[in-house]
Formats: sequence, C-alpha cells, structure tokens
Amino acid sequence: MSKRILAIDTSTEACSVAVLTQDNVYSEFDICPREHNQRVLPMVDKLLAQAQLKLNQIDAIAVGAGPGSFTGVRIATGIVQGLAYGAKLPVAPVSSLAAMAHSAFRQEQSQNIICAIDARMSEIYLGAFQVSKLGQIQQVIGEAVTAPVGALGSLSTDTDWAGVGTGWQTYQSELSAQINAKVSEQVVFPHAIDIAYLAQANENAWVEAEKISPSYLRNEVTWKKLPGKG
Amino acid sequence: MRGKLSLRRSPLVFIKAKTMRILGIETSCDETGIAIYDEDKGILSHQLYSQVKVHADYGGVVPELASRDHVRKTLPLIDKALKEAGCTADDIDAIAYTAGPGLVGALLVGSTVARGLAFAWNKPVVPVHHMEGHLLAPMLEDEVPEFPFIALLVSGGHSLLVEVQNIGEYTVLGESIDDAVGEAFDKTAKLMGLDYPGGPRLAKLAESGRTGIYKFPRPMTDRPGLDFSFSGLKTFAANTLRAEIDEANDENNEQVKADIAYAFQEAAVDTLVIKCKRALKQTGLKRLVIAGGVSANTELRAKLKELMTSLRGQVYYPRLEYCTDNGAMIAYAGLQRFKAGHIDDAAQVHPRWPLEELASVVK
Repeated sequence: MSKRILAIDTSTEACSVAVLTQDNVYSEFDICPREHNQRVLPMVDKLLAQAQLKLNQIDAIAVGAGPGSFTGVRIATGIVQGLAYGAKLPVAPVSSLAAMAHSAFRQEQSQNIICAIDARMSEIYLGAFQVSKLGQIQQVIGEAVTAPVGALGSLSTDTDWAGVGTGWQTYQSELSAQINAKVSEQVVFPHAIDIAYLAQANENAWVEAEKISPSYLRNEVTWKKLPGKG
Repeated sequence: MRGKLSLRRSPLVFIKAKTMRILGIETSCDETGIAIYDEDKGILSHQLYSQVKVHADYGGVVPELASRDHVRKTLPLIDKALKEAGCTADDIDAIAYTAGPGLVGALLVGSTVARGLAFAWNKPVVPVHHMEGHLLAPMLEDEVPEFPFIALLVSGGHSLLVEVQNIGEYTVLGESIDDAVGEAFDKTAKLMGLDYPGGPRLAKLAESGRTGIYKFPRPMTDRPGLDFSFSGLKTFAANTLRAEIDEANDENNEQVKADIAYAFQEAAVDTLVIKCKRALKQTGLKRLVIAGGVSANTELRAKLKELMTSLRGQVYYPRLEYCTDNGAMIAYAGLQRFKAGHIDDAAQVHPRWPLEELASVVK
C-alpha cells in the first residue's frame, strides 16, 4: 500500500502544500512572495481536513529542501522539523530541482529536463534529469550553482531537452545559445505534489527530523572572513 | 441531592489544578536558547548553543550563517530540553518563541519550528518580545523586584532605559541614538586587535589598566535627557590608540592598550550610571533592574550597586547565564503572556518591534 505523504515547498516565490493518499492528491499552490510563513500551516490544515486525515495518520512529511531562496528553504525546513518532531514522523527531503523535473514529466510528459532556478548574483541553480516512463528520476549532471554561460557544456545536444524554471526566463539567451531546449511555460516553480511523489517513491531517503539540512548549494559568497582567518 | 452529586463529581474539589509549563525558543541573533519553565518549580531545563566560534572569523555576526546554524541546533536542543525536564507533549501547555526584534532570518527559524511543533501538538503559540524577555529575566531569581522599577537593558544590540509599571507597561525613557553600548565595546575591542566578541575581552584587559592615565568623555551627560550615544567613545578610543601606540616599541603597547581599555570602560560605565541615577530621580523609583549581555560586566554591576546603596534603593540582575540571550527568559515572559491570553496564530516575526507597542498583561 502506498504511503501517505504530506509535502511542503517554499523554496521559491511559490508556496505549495500537497497531501498524497492511496487514492487522491490534494494540493494548494500560490505565488505569494514574503507570505510563505503565514500561508503554509493554514494550507496544511485545509488539506488534511479535505483528506479527512489527522497529522499522525500521515506516513512521512516531505520538504522541498532547496536549492532556492535561503530564507524560503528554511521556512519549509523549520515548519517540517516542528511538525515531524511533534508528530514523531520521518522527513523526506527532496530537491526542488528534481521536483521541477518531475513536474515537467507529470504535466508535459517531458523525459529529459534541464532545471534552472534564478539564483541572483548572475548565477543559476542548475540540475539536469532523465525521467523514465514510470516516473523514476535520475540525475544527468550534479546539482550546482553556476554562471549560465558555459553551464550546459557537458550535456548531449542530440537529446530532446525541456527547459524549466525561472533561470530559463532570466537567462533565456545565454542558455538557449548552448543547447536546443523547449522552454516550458507551465513549469516555472517547484510544486509540492511532485515533492510528495518523489518522497513516496524513495523511502530509503526518509530520515529523522533532526537529520535534515537545507540544500543551499551556495556557500561563502556573501560573507568574507577577516584577513588572516582561514 | 443534585447538589451533593455534582459536588462529588466535580474534579475541582479533588484535584489540584495542574501548574502550567511552557517551552521557550530563542533564536533572534547568534544564540540558540531552549528552556522549559514550570510555574511552580521554575526552570526545568535550560539549553544553550552559542555561535560565537562561527562568527569569530568574520569579526561580527553574519546573519546568513546565524540562520543556518539555528536550523542545525534548534530541534536537537528542544529534544534535549524535553528529555532533561522529563516532559512529553502532554506536559507542555504552550510554546513561546522570540518574534522580535532581531535578525529576520534567525527569528524565522524559531518561529517556524515553534509553529510546526505547536500544530503537531495542538498547543497555543505565544510570540515574545526579546527585550521583554531580558527585562523579566531577574524574575527567574530568588529575590525578584516588585513593580514598578527602572530597567537598564544593555547588550550588543540595545541600550535602553525603561520605566516598568507592570508586565507590558513600559515607557522608554532613553535609548542610544547610535551604537548600542555592547556594540561600542565590541568595536573598540576590534580596534585593539582583540578577537570577537571583544566586549568581555576588553573588560578583562581593563583589569590590568591603570586609573587616571587617560580621560575619556562621558557622552551626552552634560545636557538633560536620558538618551545615550556611544559611537563617539569608540572614535575617541581609536584616536587615542593611534596617538599612543608605538608600533616600533612593542614592549609598552600592552600596557597602553590596557590603560585605554580601562578608560573606555570607565567612561561607558560612568555614562550608564549617570543616566540611571537621572532616571531614578525623575521617576522617584528606588528599584533598578539591569539585564542584557552587558549586565554581565563586573564593573557596571559594582558601580550600580554603589549607586543604589547611596540612594537607599536596590539593584536586581539575573545570574550570568540569563544575562546573555537565552531560552529561559523567553519561556518565563511567554508564560506571563500566555496567562494573559496573548496567544497569536499569525506566524509573523518583527525584526523591528518597539517595546512600547506591547500590551499590558493586567489592563
């Protein structure tokens, strides 16, 4: 019997929550920058009520672990840590890039997907994935924060690529110059539905709430050590 | 007959009302503090993780790194606190967290974990003002001040003189127009080449300084009013250092630095004492509370004790571990707010939050 998943994502401008049960998918999605913290728990409350479930009837809580906005990723992480610790549930951290790839597969049947989130500071969070017809997802290149120019050099130009995420909007010309990809208008942000599916498919990745840590990808850029300190 | 029955069945007659317990979460700056407070028994557990080492290499608190560290520490410390206190969810009546003022990213960590936990446990959430936490920290001691009193709140982020009529009834009498006093200590220490956080190190260095070598100004004491200014003291220290430190002759420099540290601390403490005296005089109050990180300063404690003895009043301060940021003060303040019904479903944090906006717990 497939497991019941509650999923939360606030890693980008979008805020979404999903509940996945044996028979149904319940979800809420809204683009509401700066309001994620206020919106998440009311969404959770509403969806659990729709699914007629109590929190402790859920099998695992999935979280969009990033990359994305540092603060956004921490909002989902903090709420999920509190929920999971309080209800004694495992947590399934899911990459927001992988979630977008799954979203492109689910909504547009894409199987080769390049995901790029605008990371500001002239960079993107980048990931490329291959999704099987059964929805199994595989990384083609490791997730990284990188300048758009030259980022796609290692990818095969013979593949039918789909491009998803805000990175494709901000750096359309830089990315399109490197590879021929069909840029999705529908899949721009990660969605909790996909995070729930990916969490359900990989129970091995479920951990205790204390063990999860956001995937920032960007480290030591915005702060500088004092002279002489390693 | 009916009366007799209901009397026998009423739980109020036979069972003493359970005392209230609250979990407190503090993540407003560079310390993760978690505590459990019981109305009758006091603090049952008090957990603290200081990020000092994380920020030392940067010479100050890096907000993004502070947030990242809070994410790592908050849940494990909550777990530790519950275990030490022997509590489960059933024993906790409410969850209090610091909602501001402070670093927005850091505040969000405590706020989100508190909200998530409260949702799972089905408990109310109480947002707490960080400075109210500090202000009430002396209430965790055996000898507590009665209302009303004057509070001097001094830390790396704040310098405030407050008239306290009751919990939530605050009038800010004076505050710093530039650097907080703790900030001036830290910045001056940095000028002297002391490691972050330099304030306590500067105070230590001042112990080997000599009196009367340098004379620093007492900013804004030559005019009426209760506001402070400390950035000028830091500049004065910088200028004195430049004039007095002889790079070629290393031998004497340590003593010169100690003498400057002494003069700086003397001037800062004097200024605080003068303003406290004025505030007490202006309000006619005889009780003084000092709290916040700088209230750990030995010289300040000694001088304020002297002042209160001469005024036939009394000074109150929290033990050292409750002077700096901690969860115990948030749990205590949270319980007072909880009892007054000040719970809140809006998951907001307030990086800037004037103390005077708080509501009274009695009115």
